Amino acid sequence: MQRIINNPDRVVEDMLEGFLFAHSDIVSPTANPRVIKYVNAPVKDKVGIVTGGGSGHKPAFIGYIGKNMVDAVAVGEIFSSPTAVAFLDAFKAADSGKGVACLYGNYSGDNMNVRMARMLAEEEGITVKTVVANDDVASAPKSERDRRRGVAGEIVMWKTAGAKASLGYSLDEVIATAQKTIDMTRSIGIGLSPCTIPAVGKPNFSIEPGKMELGIGHHGEPGITVVPVEPSAGMAETCLRHILDDLELTAGDDVAVIVSGLGSTPVMELYIFFNDVVKELTSRNITVHRAYVGNYFTSLDMMGVTLSVLKLDDELRELIDMSADAVNLKQI
Amino acid sequence: MKSFSNKGNASIVMDIIDAIKSNKNYLSDIDGLIGDGDHGINMNKGFSIAGQRISDDETFSSAMKILGDTLLLEIGGSMGPIYGTFFRTCALKTKDLEEIVAPEFCAMLESANEKVKGIGGAKVGDKTLIDTLEPAVCAMKSAVADGLDFKEALSVASEAAENGKESTKGMVAKIGRASRLGERSRGVLDAGATSCCIILKSMMESVSEKLGN
Repeated sequence: MQRIINNPDRVVEDMLEGFLFAHSDIVSPTANPRVIKYVNAPVKDKVGIVTGGGSGHKPAFIGYIGKNMVDAVAVGEIFSSPTAVAFLDAFKAADSGKGVACLYGNYSGDNMNVRMARMLAEEEGITVKTVVANDDVASAPKSERDRRRGVAGEIVMWKTAGAKASLGYSLDEVIATAQKTIDMTRSIGIGLSPCTIPAVGKPNFSIEPGKMELGIGHHGEPGITVVPVEPSAGMAETCLRHILDDLELTAGDDVAVIVSGLGSTPVMELYIFFNDVVKELTSRNITVHRAYVGNYFTSLDMMGVTLSVLKLDDELRELIDMSADAVNLKQI
Repeated sequence: MKSFSNKGNASIVMDIIDAIKSNKNYLSDIDGLIGDGDHGINMNKGFSIAGQRISDDETFSSAMKILGDTLLLEIGGSMGPIYGTFFRTCALKTKDLEEIVAPEFCAMLESANEKVKGIGGAKVGDKTLIDTLEPAVCAMKSAVADGLDFKEALSVASEAAENGKESTKGMVAKIGRASRLGERSRGVLDAGATSCCIILKSMMESVSEKLGN
């Protein structure tokens, strides 16, 4: 393992310090070293948007802190849920009195810690409601959608719900928008090489040369199948087939698309893949209304890509188009 | 002896901490087969931090409270809330006892088992730490009911924990991160069941030593 780190057990702390220095115009520290907030949070008369999760997915989650997006983030160890106290402190940092929408991904650790944090928050008079993202079609069959993981689709959920909150809507309305967004979003990933947790020092799974793992998870959870590597066009077709099996899209629909690298993928290749996705969608007469292509939600140093598709309606189109000034998502 | 004293027995908890620390790599390796390979690292981190905070003056209960608080409040993941709840419940159930006898020890574990099931939602057969914990509790309960002495009951519970842990090998994970693997999770031990077995066996062995002959 060749890495640019100091102490493998302190990668999260060291990364956060650098992040706070670099982006002090947008983010600020809190009394809890594992909670980062928007400089202006809590924003007066606005529902607070909180998320959180394990580290190793940069720019998720802290990169989405900013105007019209996320107000505070609870930061966990690498690939490990933040503590209940971190979530609680993030709620406090985000709450202006209008309540907090905690929008996070479906992982057992996050579920437990958020549940405990909500109980603690209620004791302190903070109203917290949650939406649990489950956009990864590969992680469980459609009939068991509540078991699916949350992946890069969380970003569009933060985007629309963050915009909704900034427009002054109530907690219930913000929650409804977040839920609708994730219900209209499907994602799937392809892994070409494994990732290495710095403190472990070696990959904990392997992908044979010449093979790719369809449906791989953001922590290297095994996917649906391992098949020979295809050209980008084939990957795009396969990914879209799985998404469209699950999300009904018809000719004339508008979508927002996220193509994210998993950490080691050259950005050039993300655009190649995205181009193939656009071709596939266009051939079905589906319009890509907005696209996010880059490293939006990674998995340490994994080589691979994830595709997320959000079906837009009038409300979601307006919200996804609203300006945003987050550390890693800027939209005019 | 039929009991061990609460006072002066923080060493039982320190032994558990040492057992987790010395199995750090083993636990990560097991977790790596169907998880992300960090179970040992996170457990080692939480237990080590707690170990630094537990002085010899602590009681068996208060040492478990420190360990539980540390895990719950500072470690996160799934294991933070699960083992945090386990040790906090154990501490709560024994904090007013001067001497701990077999039925009380058994009730402590039973209560911890119920609490852990409550927050994690797992039951026996789901390939989690409950597959170690619940059989150990049940075995100890019937051993005590059958009139076995404390030491014998601990030994029965220890064996049940070991068998329970081993049983996870044949199971398909139904909960937690490995549950997305379906059949691919069969054939390997569950990391949580394994760490739970290490904790329980260490606890049983240390308590047994305290009981003397």
